[in-house]
Formats: sequence, C-alpha cells, structure tokens
Amino acid sequence: MSNDYNFAYLDEQTKRMIRRGLLKSIAIPGYQVPFASREMPMPYGWGTGGVQVTSACLVPEDKIKVIDQGADDTTNAVSIRQFFEKTAKVETTTHTEKASLIQTRHRIPEHDLDENQILVYQVPIPEPLRFLEPRESETRKMHALTEYGLMHVKLYEDIAHHGHIATSYAYPVKVEGRYVMDPSPIPKFDNPKMSMCPALQLFGAGREQRLYAIPPYCEVISLDFEDHPFTRLKANAECELCSANNSYLDEVIIDDEGNRMFVCSDTHYCEARQADGHRGKRNRLDQEGYDATHI
Amino acid sequence: MQPIFEATGISKSYGHILGCSNINLSLYSGEVMGIVGESGSGKSTLLNCLSAQIMPDQGEVIFRSPSRGEVDILKLSEAEQRYLARTEWAYVHQNPRDGLRMSVSAGGNVGERLMNIGNRHYGNIRTKAEDWMSRVELDTSRIDHRPSTFSGGMQQRLQIARNLVTEPRLIFMDEPTGGLDVSVQARLLDLLRSLVQELSLSVIIVTHDLAVIRMLADRMVVMKNGNVVEAGLADQVLDDPQHPYTQLLVSSILQV
Amino acid sequence: MYVAVKGGEKAIANAHRWLDEERRGPVKIKALSIDQIKGQMSLAVSRVMAEGSLYDPELAALAIKQSQGDLIEAIFLIRAYRTTLPRFGTSLPIDTDSMQCKRRISATFKDIPGGQILGPTFDYTHRLLNFKLLADGEVMEAVNQSPEPSSMPHILELLNNDGLIQQEKATSERPHDLTREPLTLPADRAVRLQALTRGDEGFLLGLGYSTQRGYARNHAFVGELRIGFVEVEMTIPELGFSIVIGRIEISECETVNQFQGSKTEPAQFTRGYGLVFGQQERKSIAMALVDRALRWKELGEDNLGAAAQDEEFVLYHCDNIQATGFVEHIKLPHYVDFQSELELVRKLRHDAAELEKASE
Repeated sequence: MSNDYNFAYLDEQTKRMIRRGLLKSIAIPGYQVPFASREMPMPYGWGTGGVQVTSACLVPEDKIKVIDQGADDTTNAVSIRQFFEKTAKVETTTHTEKASLIQTRHRIPEHDLDENQILVYQVPIPEPLRFLEPRESETRKMHALTEYGLMHVKLYEDIAHHGHIATSYAYPVKVEGRYVMDPSPIPKFDNPKMSMCPALQLFGAGREQRLYAIPPYCEVISLDFEDHPFTRLKANAECELCSANNSYLDEVIIDDEGNRMFVCSDTHYCEARQADGHRGKRNRLDQEGYDATHI
Repeated sequence: MQPIFEATGISKSYGHILGCSNINLSLYSGEVMGIVGESGSGKSTLLNCLSAQIMPDQGEVIFRSPSRGEVDILKLSEAEQRYLARTEWAYVHQNPRDGLRMSVSAGGNVGERLMNIGNRHYGNIRTKAEDWMSRVELDTSRIDHRPSTFSGGMQQRLQIARNLVTEPRLIFMDEPTGGLDVSVQARLLDLLRSLVQELSLSVIIVTHDLAVIRMLADRMVVMKNGNVVEAGLADQVLDDPQHPYTQLLVSSILQV
Repeated sequence: MYVAVKGGEKAIANAHRWLDEERRGPVKIKALSIDQIKGQMSLAVSRVMAEGSLYDPELAALAIKQSQGDLIEAIFLIRAYRTTLPRFGTSLPIDTDSMQCKRRISATFKDIPGGQILGPTFDYTHRLLNFKLLADGEVMEAVNQSPEPSSMPHILELLNNDGLIQQEKATSERPHDLTREPLTLPADRAVRLQALTRGDEGFLLGLGYSTQRGYARNHAFVGELRIGFVEVEMTIPELGFSIVIGRIEISECETVNQFQGSKTEPAQFTRGYGLVFGQQERKSIAMALVDRALRWKELGEDNLGAAAQDEEFVLYHCDNIQATGFVEHIKLPHYVDFQSELELVRKLRHDAAELEKASE
C-alpha cells in the first residue's frame, strides 16, 4: 500500500490543515481547536486523532514509538506502528529515549522526555466538561467564559459522597492558568508528568474533531481543593520483574486461582531496568526454576 | 441617590402579539419591586427583558454595578451578561427544577456559585452551604441529599439559598411561591420577608398573587395587555387602587 | 492457565489470515463476483454508496464482498478510501426536475402531471418467501413499453403557485462542506442535510418513526417520492462551460407537513427533504421527516424536547462510522484505567473499614 498513498498516508493538503490547527493549539495551550478530521483506515475511537496528528508531524528522519496502556506490544499499538512502518517507512523503536515521536494511548512513559521529542496522545472525549454538560454549544461557552465552577461541583460531590475525589483517570487539569483540559484517559498517576515537560505534547481526537496541545514547559495543574489536594495513585507494591517502586503497575492475573502479580505497565522501562540488573521478586524466583519469562 | 437598576422604554412583541410596550421602571438599593398582572399581561416577558434573557425590541436597561459602574445590560456581550448573572445577579425560578441541579447534592447546589467565583476550599464551601441551608430553614443533616428527595417547598428554599450564597446585588424572582401549597407558601413568604429585611436585598418579583406583594413589596406596578396601568407604593396601590383594572384585581383577590 | 494479553504482530497476522478464509467460505462453492453483487444486491450497493458518500457501484460491491456482507464495515471501507481521493472540483447542483424516473409517486394527489409511476417496488408484494429462488428459478421479464415523453414537475411546486407552501430561501453562499470543515453548531440546513444523507439508515428510521409517534409530531405526507437517474454536470475551467460527467441514481423525497402558523409565519404547508444516492426509498423518507423536525427553530415552532428536534443530538450521533468505532473501542485494552479504578475502590473500601473500626 505504501506505493499508493502519500508519505504517512494523509495527503499534503490535509497535513497542512492539521498543522495549522496544531499551531493554533500550541499558541493557546489547552484550548480545543476544531479541525476537519478525516476518515482514517482504522475505526473512530481507536486512535484516529492521534494517527492524524502523528501523520501531520512525521518527517522521514523520525523514529517512532507507539504504546497502548504503556506497552509496545499490545495489539492496537502494534497495528498503529505497522501502519506507519508501511505508509511512512520510518524507523520504529521501543526505546523511549531514542524515539523522536511517541504516540500513546492511556499512559505517559516513565522515562523523562526531552526537548527533541513529541508526545502524541490519542483522545476519545476531549471535552472535560462533557459528562457534566452534554451540549457542545454550551461547553464551548463555558470555556470561553472560564465558567469552570461545575467542574469543581463534580469534585465536591465526590468528596461529599466518598470522602475523596473519586476520579482516577482522565483527571481534569488546568493549563497555564486558563483552560481546563482533559488529559486523555491516562491514570492520574501520570498527571504531574505533564507539567513543565520539556517535550511538546499534542492531543488528537478524531471522532470529536478536536486538537489541543501543551507546549514545552507549561504549567499543568490537576484540579483539587486546598483542603483535599490532588494525590497520585498507584498500587501499593513494587514491580515483581524489575523491583521498581515508583512506576505505574499493572495487576496481572497469573493462574486459575486468581493469584496476581504486579508488573510495570511501561514495558520498555521494565525491560531496561532488568537489563541493568534490577531484579524483582518473580525474577529472583526464576533462578529457582520458576518460568515467568512469557509475561 | 441613584437607582441601582433602571429600565426605560422596554418594548417587545412577537409578530402581531404584543409582549410589553414602552415600560419604564426603576429600583433603588434595598427595595422590593412587585410586578403584578394576570397571565398574558406581559409580566413574564418584561422580567425576561429586564434580566436580559430575551432581547427587547426597544429600550435600555441600566444597572449600576458595584464592580463595573453603570452598564447597559442589553449592550453587554453574552459573556459579560453571564458573568453578571452568576455574580451580582440571581434569578429564582418558579419551578425549582429549573434553578437547581437535580442530580447534585444540596450542598453542591449551594456551593456551585462559590466555586464559580473561585472558592477552592472544600471545608469552607461546606460550612457556608450548611449556614445557608439553616438560614432558609433546611435541615443541615440533609446536605448530601439530592434535591429530588426534597418536597416542593424545600426545593424552593434550596433554590433561594443557592442564589443568595454569593450575596448578589439584584434578585429576579418569577412567581417564587407559585405551585406550592398554601401553608407552604405562607412559610416561604415569611422566610423571604425576613431575608429581604436582614440582607437589605434589591428584588424584582413577578407574581399574580397580591398577597405576595402585600408581604414583600415596597413598590409595585400593575400590568395589563402589555402596558403598565398603575404604579406606586405597594400599600397605597393595594389600599386605594385608582385604575379600574387594579380595583378589580384587588377586590377579587383580597377578599379574605 | 494464564494467557498473555499481549498479542503482538504474529497474532494479528494470523487473525487476518483466518478472517480471509472465513470471508471466502467453503472453497468448493464458487466465489461471488463483483458483477453479481452489483447486479443482484443493488439495494445493498445503494446503501454503501450513500452512507459511504461515494458514488461508485463497483467499489461499493467490492467493499460488500470484502466485508462479508457487513454493510457498516463496507461503508467504513468506502469512507476510508474516499478520504484519500483528491478533490478536482465541485459539480453543479443536480436538477431533479429532469430526472429519468423509474419510480415516482405522490401521496397527496390522486393523479399528477407526468403520472404516477409505481416502478420496481416491494410495496405491494406479499411478503411470501419465493421458494423458486432456492432452485435458481428464473423470473419473468419485465413488460417493456417506450416511455411517453412528458415533463415531470415537482408536485410541491404546484402548491407553491398558490402560496400554500413555505418558500425555501435561495442562497448564493457556498455551503459548508462537512467532509472538509469541522462541524460547528448551530448548523445550517445545508450542513444538517449533508449529515443526514450520510447518516445511518437505521438511526434515521428510528428518529423519523419517533416523530410520527408524537415526539415532535409534524404530520407528514409524502408529497413526492422519485427515484431515477440524473445527469451530473461540472464546469471545466479550461473549457469555460459545463459538461456532463456522468449519471447517478438517486432517491428524492419531499414531504408536505401541516403547519398551524407561528408568531412569525402564517398558516401554510412546510417541507421536509430527503435526498440519497441510489435506490433508498426508506432512508429518503426518514431523512425528510427528521429534516422537518430539525427545522422547528426557523419556523418558530416550540421545542418539545424531542430527540428528532435536537440538532446536536442528531448530528453528533447519526454517523454510523463514528458510532461503530466508538462503541466498539471499549473492547480495546483499558487495563491501565481499570487498574486505577481498582486502586481507588480498594482505597475507598479500606478507608470505610478504618472508619468503622474507629467508631466501634
């Protein structure tokens, strides 16, 4: 198919249109820029927004990494990586620090990003106010007038009913003191990584036709109350493969009895630590004959 | 002293149907103005024009805002109108369902305006919500309950608390006691009267019920077919109506 | 035993091969040809062209074959292909007055200038299975008769002469192009009609039906329904005049709706409009009903809170490619989000237990 389609699939006109939208979104951090999202050869809701942003940003020298849930080898990540291998013939990598562009769904890599990198998020519902106010015409007005009281009403209700803010992912943030923004469904553990990040962070929502951005070194604040401050949340455990105790963990069911183990959700981070000689509980057992290498 | 609110030459018609015609009206700080008339008299149209919810065909509405000075409400951008509406103004709807968020707890309902203007301390918001709930005689132990579990009278008091919590300068009320049982009405009127006095609120209230006017209003206008037929001090108009229509209203309603 | 969720490239490749085999079915049976689909499943081809927004029976048939007859999947293939096509220009508006009708009926008048033409319709067939088709039974040929040349004016224009039907306002503005510019609200009628003609037949059918059952009822009659071929003309800049570049089959439905008059308009009839690629009678009627319901604001009618009146609701949810992608995306891995929910529930339960312990 690579011969039949333009570099990185989209035609240049469309890429220019998307780049204009991206420039606007960078100029107004956190503001949702409408764009004429194209139909892509993968379903809406599966990363079409991210794919269009990546396509508009890619140059032949790029080295691209695609993750889904933090992992390079989940099916949708593989599928999107193959798409760009075919249509753009760019080099791919699983190494966070070696990638010039990382497309992600639901996670921010554990390894710090740098100024030469772009992080592209796939966004299902770009509107942080959507579940409080279903009308687009109304939510756009609320953004324009900074009418964000309703967002805090939601957090207030959480505390009143649960004693805590009960939002654990897609946790709303305020960018540079102005726009309230949906960070895409990343766990709130990742929220602090967005703030003052040296890399350019771009967000694409294909079905909802929106682009937005966090330019490098922007202040990103997770919404909270003074007396109920934002907290990160992760499993109270360490990775059983690499013993990391500061990374976001997946809980994997390992047998029919329902026993579980905790492993890093960021597969590259975990592998790199293991290569550096870090060993978790499960790896130490290996030396006694337990095989967990298939995980 | 200048009035805080002054409307001149307000006219609005719908095609050939007249809403209201060339209405002049002013309100001083701490004053309650009643607008009475039967349904179809144009009083709701007028209230909607005054509160900038619909655009009149003609006229201007001056508001002397403590924060921005003298403004013509109708010339403000929608953004500025909405900002005023959630800070210096309040609007109490006849049906509390229109003025409350039914899926949000009582505390969240009262606290919303506080959060809108930037209050970010959960404990303070809650304390203030409790305070206002007790001021409108609601059981504070129900602070986490949704308004859908409240009676009509309780919902209406909650709506009032939600509106007053930011101490607005000007309050519009559209038949606030309509749709309530007579005994509940009396209690609500009592409450409104003490709040008006205690906080020296400026209120424009629309009603068809002269008892409401008698209890609350300092001045009143009587509307018929889109026109003001009589205006003056509330007691004076009620005790000594001049216009035949007002006489009819007074004689038919106040025969208690 | 635990099976790793991390599928990887090999699993995907194998899944695709299996899918291919399933699509082909038993190899002892001859494969379907594109001509067979085009010729014998023409209504499915129509639907794929209409909702795929691309008039090409051959590609639509290919998409149906490739998608194992899953029409939404076929529409998706067409849409994804369509995006990659360069745009050379725009055609002139088609003239449905000069349509070569194979079917043309009016429910509002017994007889009409140009005549009622029943055409190839299921309408008066008894829905009995024709078992002859099981045995490849050949069918009778249609009766041929040369057409009587007569003009077929639009019926609603006859009402227009009497001033009984509301006038559509002509505008010289270039309509917003839904496939090139983002949807913004409020949307004008041109945008709404674009969205509806691409919209899911089932969704519009349900919405149209709801208006008849009282959710924004606007009592409609089919003023005219016509199906047939029209010529498509385009002005070629180098030539400086327009030439016919092809013929397309379309279905057009105009409804006549009662209207009591409003604050701004006198009592008169109003219209709903449906126009769809191919032979798509049901869709065009449903589209006209929904179009009419969405016009409440311009006609000064009340908002009854019905789904079919809600522009934002209708336009954001009528596209089946958007809908199917998002509905089905919940089968993608969400374990990171789920994990954070898991931690939250544990924390809330832990805190509640602590609280109980403390109060004992």
